Amino acid sequence: MYNTGKIIAGLVVFFILATLPFLLNLGKANAKIEPSIDTPEINAMPKKHCVEPKAFMRSEHMQLLNNWRDQVVRNGNRIYVGSDGNEYPISLQNTCMKCHANKKKFCDKCHNYMAVKPYCWGCHIAPKENEA
Amino acid sequence: MAKLPKPEELLQINYNPPPTEDWMDRPVELKQGNFCWGAKGKNLAAVEFPNARDWTPVEADWKLPKDWEGTVLEAMADRLSKYRSFKVFMDICVRCGACADKCHFFIGGGDPKNMPVLRAELMRSVYRKYFTTAGKYLGKLAGARELDLNVLKEWWYYFYQCTECRRCSVFCPYGIDTAEITLMAREFTNLLGLNTDWISGPVANCYMKGNHLGLEPHAIMNSIEGMIDDIETITGIRINPSFNRKGAEILFVTPSGDLFADPGTFTAMGYMMLFHELGIDYTWSTYASEGGNFGFFTSNEMAKRLNAKIYAEAKRLGVKYIIGGECGHMWRVLNQYMDTWNGPADFMEVPKSPITGTVFDNAASTKMIHVTEFTADLIKNNKIKLDPSRNDDLVITYHDSCNTARGMGLLEEPRYIINSVCNKFHEMPDNTIRERTFCCGSGTGLNASENMEIRMRGGYPRANAVKFVRDKHGVNMLANICAIDRATLSASMDYWVPGVRVTGVHELVANALIMTGEKERETNLRGEPLPGKGGNE
Amino acid sequence: MKTVLPFIAVVILVLLPLFGVTVAHQTQIFFGVVVPYTAVAVFVFGFIYRILQWGKSPVPFCIPTTCGQQKSLPWIKQDKLENPVTTMQVVGRMLLEVLVFRSLFRNMKTEMKEGKAVYGSEKLLWLAGLAFHWSFLFIFVRHYRFFVQDVPTAIQLMEGMDSFFQIGAPLFYMTDAVILGAVTFLLVRRVYLPQIRYISLAADFFPLFLILAIAISGILMRYFFKTHIVAVKQLAIGLVSLNPTIPEGIGAIFYVHLFLICVLLMYFPFSKLMHMGGVFLSPTRNMANDSRIVRYINPWNYPVHVHTYEEYEDDFREKMKKAGLPVEKE
Repeated sequence: MYNTGKIIAGLVVFFILATLPFLLNLGKANAKIEPSIDTPEINAMPKKHCVEPKAFMRSEHMQLLNNWRDQVVRNGNRIYVGSDGNEYPISLQNTCMKCHANKKKFCDKCHNYMAVKPYCWGCHIAPKENEA
Repeated sequence: MAKLPKPEELLQINYNPPPTEDWMDRPVELKQGNFCWGAKGKNLAAVEFPNARDWTPVEADWKLPKDWEGTVLEAMADRLSKYRSFKVFMDICVRCGACADKCHFFIGGGDPKNMPVLRAELMRSVYRKYFTTAGKYLGKLAGARELDLNVLKEWWYYFYQCTECRRCSVFCPYGIDTAEITLMAREFTNLLGLNTDWISGPVANCYMKGNHLGLEPHAIMNSIEGMIDDIETITGIRINPSFNRKGAEILFVTPSGDLFADPGTFTAMGYMMLFHELGIDYTWSTYASEGGNFGFFTSNEMAKRLNAKIYAEAKRLGVKYIIGGECGHMWRVLNQYMDTWNGPADFMEVPKSPITGTVFDNAASTKMIHVTEFTADLIKNNKIKLDPSRNDDLVITYHDSCNTARGMGLLEEPRYIINSVCNKFHEMPDNTIRERTFCCGSGTGLNASENMEIRMRGGYPRANAVKFVRDKHGVNMLANICAIDRATLSASMDYWVPGVRVTGVHELVANALIMTGEKERETNLRGEPLPGKGGNE
Repeated sequence: MKTVLPFIAVVILVLLPLFGVTVAHQTQIFFGVVVPYTAVAVFVFGFIYRILQWGKSPVPFCIPTTCGQQKSLPWIKQDKLENPVTTMQVVGRMLLEVLVFRSLFRNMKTEMKEGKAVYGSEKLLWLAGLAFHWSFLFIFVRHYRFFVQDVPTAIQLMEGMDSFFQIGAPLFYMTDAVILGAVTFLLVRRVYLPQIRYISLAADFFPLFLILAIAISGILMRYFFKTHIVAVKQLAIGLVSLNPTIPEGIGAIFYVHLFLICVLLMYFPFSKLMHMGGVFLSPTRNMANDSRIVRYINPWNYPVHVHTYEEYEDDFREKMKKAGLPVEKE
């Protein structure tokens, strides 16, 4: 025999599963994701710059931070020399978060969007929000 | 006829195909001893089959009809639209190779085209060429090839080397059953008159005379008379079976092989002794005198035509239900096909044992039960007296028939009976019994004599397992519930494991059965002294 | 031939988007919008089409392959999962088959040793198959973080499990290693084992190379040639909200990854990969062994020419009478 009912039911399930991303986004607008660098510390900089160029930081910051942790914890090295030749103290709290004092509008912005949960804040204490 | 090589010569097997060869480039070679003679024209004509003529496989000219390619492709399109199994199995094989070394013919022969996957690819390659876009345009790269005479000969050679045992299907992650593909290949070859003599002869016999052996009504009765005489000699009891009797409660149908040749006849004697002792109201039929169905190895339609007799006769005689004897493919057909083809059997009643009152709900629709189901129920309810020590000269192992194992699941009933009627029973290794059982090597109409090499090769895995228990436990008797087994395993045992004999389960039952009013038995059904009665112990 | 050609085909499929988006920026629309939409449509409708094509052919007979004790006498224990008679038992059997590859688990290896055939345990194919399919599924579901704006907790939990060991940054996914290992194993055995090589077709190597390339491009993108991941999600959400955009800053490696997946989707319905749907339609597995209990109907069952009892009696009447058999007509 044909099992028509079962086949149709199976295909409906398949169709829903296969097009689930479309169904879940029906009528939803694509959110704009722009991390804010609008903090007093950054605004006060004459020439805005990070420890490395923006594009590098965007894709490689996790690796950089991972290295920084290893440098400090395992090698006791607390100085990072950027590709621009400048020296920076290796410190999440005192270097990164000094400028990016707006974790919620900077770090969390992309991390939440991408469902990434960095374990920085398992040990470090997130600084008090300070934005302009 | 080709001389059969010695066992140790046959065992020079290499399971590794040539490393660089493409199987499509290897032309088919019909090796003597590996195929059966061609069908005779008169047997094909008897059942109104096309292209009825005598033909010889070894001759170059197969006397094929005009545009045979068109006939095959048309039939292929038709079967694809009729059988989901065929269609799905043509498409979904991933060639994982799990089936490759599961076929008894491959294990016993090493011919790579006997790997189930490759046997199926013989068909799939043609399917791809004519029924898929990729195959049509990419050809060989897509695993496709044209249907030509070489392909047809290859089909004929290898699809008449598959016993439809379904062992590959057990191991396939998608359940692809090569039997389904072989069934189709045999449909196609039969459209061109390419059957074998050993199949078409029995088919014609069964159609015209009611059974494969072509026993006419009086011959059946003579044969059974002979058995009755033997039973009287052994037990002192004269039993009196009836034939074609209207109004009987039960119609009994068994493969005709059991009426004709040892050791099947001992099994038939076993049925009759049991039924007599129980005093049940049953009849034989000379018209429906065949449980087996060689039509099933021919085409779906032929199988249905032969099977139709069983219900027709049950209806004519007005029986309440049917008991079927010990047979393998017979039960595949009875379990999975008969009711669909020739039912509904609403003129009968749900089988109910007249002795124990057990109602066989598992046959509520077909109204046909297996004799081991019937007997196991008797023994469980203590309705027969047994003396298992009469079988004490036997150390027994049990061979599951392919079809009752994988097309039904009749596994425990015969084992329960054997354990009740015998004291010495040993199982073969787990990998070779129950759903993993090996074919006797000669099913689906391969039990001829001109193809003895392939039969012995196919029978090797079973024999190998028997040898294991013979060497370990001293097994000397191979029990089974299949008429083809009884006929073919005897040959295979003689060849591979001399000293092991073959028996049906109901022969063992009858030996142990203490019949009311019997004289002290001196011999078993084979006329051999019972243990302790030979004077030499 | 059957190994090299599929490999070359996959190399070309890698190079196409690589050169495309590097040389001509505009092709991003093609690789980022046109191809993905086409691929999804071909996959979804192609898959449904194939299933319906199969479904058009009936199952004329009840042909389960029974792998355990039948249901017969009440005191004999039925093997409900290997020889089902009810729908629930069939569902159980199918679940075992689909989720844990029950039949493949039975696999063993036949060898000739000391002049006789012996059957050894062979679970590697089962293990690799299981590892491959499950890691593929895990990775597929994990990718939902790119397709849903507020990623559900369940997906985040899966990520957490997959990166449980917190190795490196970004965190290392175990499934990445598993799928690479499993696909490599499946590929190597196809080349190395003589039986498997003999039965393999180009159509067996192509999907393996393709999936390997997809996995490698994904891994490279995550750990080595990182790209602007937020922009990738913007593109993905744009696609699935039917509002396609091509954000700036996405590396060519992403287009390679995406394009290969699209090829896989488009190839899927017309290849052996359809075993995904086919396994559910396999009559030897999805049927109950109840054909003696209820009559199974064949929709094309047709009357056949039989040799009736009357004809039989006509042929043998005299002989029957002589033998003392009852006859219908004197």
